[in-house]
Amino acid sequence: MAVSDTIAFDPLASGGAARRTRAMFVVYGLLALFAAYYLLPLGVIVLNSFRDLDEISRGGLIGFPRSFSMQYWQTAWSTFCVQAMCKGIAPFFFNSLWMTIPATIISTAIGAINGYALSAWRFRGSEPLFAFMTLGVFLPGQMVLLPWAFTLGALGLTNTIAGLILIHCVQGLAFTTLFCRNYYVNIPDALIKAARIDGAGFWRIFRKIVLPLSPPILIVTVIWQFTGIWNDFLFGIVFSSGDHQPVTAALIALTAGQTSVRRYNVEAAAVLIGALPPLLIYLFGGRYFMRGLTQGAVK
Amino acid sequence: MASLVIRDLSKRFGSVEVLKNVNLEANAGEFIALVGPSGCGKSTLLAMLAGLESVTSGRIEIGGRIVNDVAPKDRDIAMVFQSYALYPTMTVRENITFGMESRRVPKAEQNEAVARVASLLQIGELLGRRPAQLSGGQRQRVAMGRALVRDPALFLFDEPLSNLDAKLRVEMRTEIKKLHQRVKKTTIYVTHDQVEAMTLASRVAVLHKGVLQQFDRPRVVYDRPANRFVAGFMGSPSMNFIPGELVEEGGKPCIALPGNGSPAAVLPLATSVTNSARKIVLGVRPEHMVRDTGGGTKPGYGRMDATVEVVEPTGAETMVVMRVGAQEITARFEADSVPAVGEKVRVNVDMNKACLFDPDSEKLLG
Repeated sequence: MAVSDTIAFDPLASGGAARRTRAMFVVYGLLALFAAYYLLPLGVIVLNSFRDLDEISRGGLIGFPRSFSMQYWQTAWSTFCVQAMCKGIAPFFFNSLWMTIPATIISTAIGAINGYALSAWRFRGSEPLFAFMTLGVFLPGQMVLLPWAFTLGALGLTNTIAGLILIHCVQGLAFTTLFCRNYYVNIPDALIKAARIDGAGFWRIFRKIVLPLSPPILIVTVIWQFTGIWNDFLFGIVFSSGDHQPVTAALIALTAGQTSVRRYNVEAAAVLIGALPPLLIYLFGGRYFMRGLTQGAVK
Repeated sequence: MASLVIRDLSKRFGSVEVLKNVNLEANAGEFIALVGPSGCGKSTLLAMLAGLESVTSGRIEIGGRIVNDVAPKDRDIAMVFQSYALYPTMTVRENITFGMESRRVPKAEQNEAVARVASLLQIGELLGRRPAQLSGGQRQRVAMGRALVRDPALFLFDEPLSNLDAKLRVEMRTEIKKLHQRVKKTTIYVTHDQVEAMTLASRVAVLHKGVLQQFDRPRVVYDRPANRFVAGFMGSPSMNFIPGELVEEGGKPCIALPGNGSPAAVLPLATSVTNSARKIVLGVRPEHMVRDTGGGTKPGYGRMDATVEVVEPTGAETMVVMRVGAQEITARFEADSVPAVGEKVRVNVDMNKACLFDPDSEKLLG
């Protein structure tokens, strides 16, 4: 399965050598400039997470560390006081992990099955149903806060990780179904028909034919869901409190209601820890992410 | 014994009737070609036989059993698809054994079946490859292997050669014919290519607009087409249709072709036809015309004078487009008797092989 049969257009290949060199300088110069611009805030935070508090308060937030210490990461992770607890952000980090991993897996799995059913087993009304499901993509989270409050209350899941998992699974279905269905419509109908004549049923066709073709879209969906759920702030802050909060909500609590001196270095380290998992997912899966989004893939 | 019977089969998609009261039967071991232009309903009919489309009305019997509501997997059929539909993530061997795996056939039996099919189709060395690593012809073989391995009551082919290039298509056509002669399984073969239908089938079913036009041996369909559609569809270049009028000359029935004032030509009819109207359509195949090189007109032949407009050499023979009166006619001449463009030629028409059609009903007369 070739990724691409066409040779990419190379804008630099037109014109003479001098023009090419000039163009290269302009292009890479601009790219470097933008990259620096976007990366600057991250750079400041990273540097501050290693700087002494005195140094920050005297020299300001922007500056190279004159002292270097890893201890602020240590503090942020395990001993810093968030609200009444002095266990650092580690418990909240794990809350997020225990919320994000199951919610990602479940919503992706159901999305794949939905997409498969909606593309390979069309039934009367399957298209309107699909359109209806994808409506969820456009609904802002604030709109569903009240219904979810009722639902969680009725299920007895208020202020639990399980409640947040449920919310993220359901809220994510619109996206995962959309992704998978649009990928699976490219699987030729004849494959499914051939398998049916070969005696395979709904699940066997899914397992043996559709799933093996799915890695690109599953990776896309997992990355999308993982980042989205990990970074979610709204549902976390509204439906959890105390030691049940995910890390995004806890990070706000970290800075809110503090009477003493702000510890910028620890806060910086905490923020970075909170941002790390999606970053890692992106680093490892980003290659597939781009490929999965752009590729029709099945031939 | 008939291994496939189709009775009054109809199919409707909403308000569109794609098949209307089709009646067909295939005897054991027969090779039936379903042929027709795209949109004639032939692929729908095949899908209904496979159980991939529901039956609106009528019935389908396979091996004496009504299968209208039987699932595809329980119909004892195998199908070869136009796109081959090989499972892309599986090796050739896995593709072939997928159906047996689904049916929980013991491993030893599977291996035996694979070996049998692999030697039959000469795909033994391909068993470990994936479909993407195969050429078009190899994929075609594997697709047939997947169907053959099941040893079904009925084979269904859905335009299996239309994705191949011209040369390979002819080769595979011969292979399919050989294969059928060896395994002798009842086969239903859908194609839009009338040459495939003619060369492969023991009987040809011509479909048009959801209606079965004719169902007979290839020779009969070609020589005695039931109507103008069948006559025009089977054969390339197409049969010439020349509107004319029934006249009598010397006490014998003739057809007069319209010209300027007087008839362009008057041709004797082989048999007298009774048509209520005097109008009639003469159908002449391009190969049933020969150039008169001075030897005179043989009995049973008619004579007409024509002006050559276009000459199209194909190698073995040459197509010559001529004008007779107001009518354009295509003839197939031997390469050594080709006239020049603009030349006036005398053409002899084999009237024993000509067909006569009713201009209104378009049905064959006589």
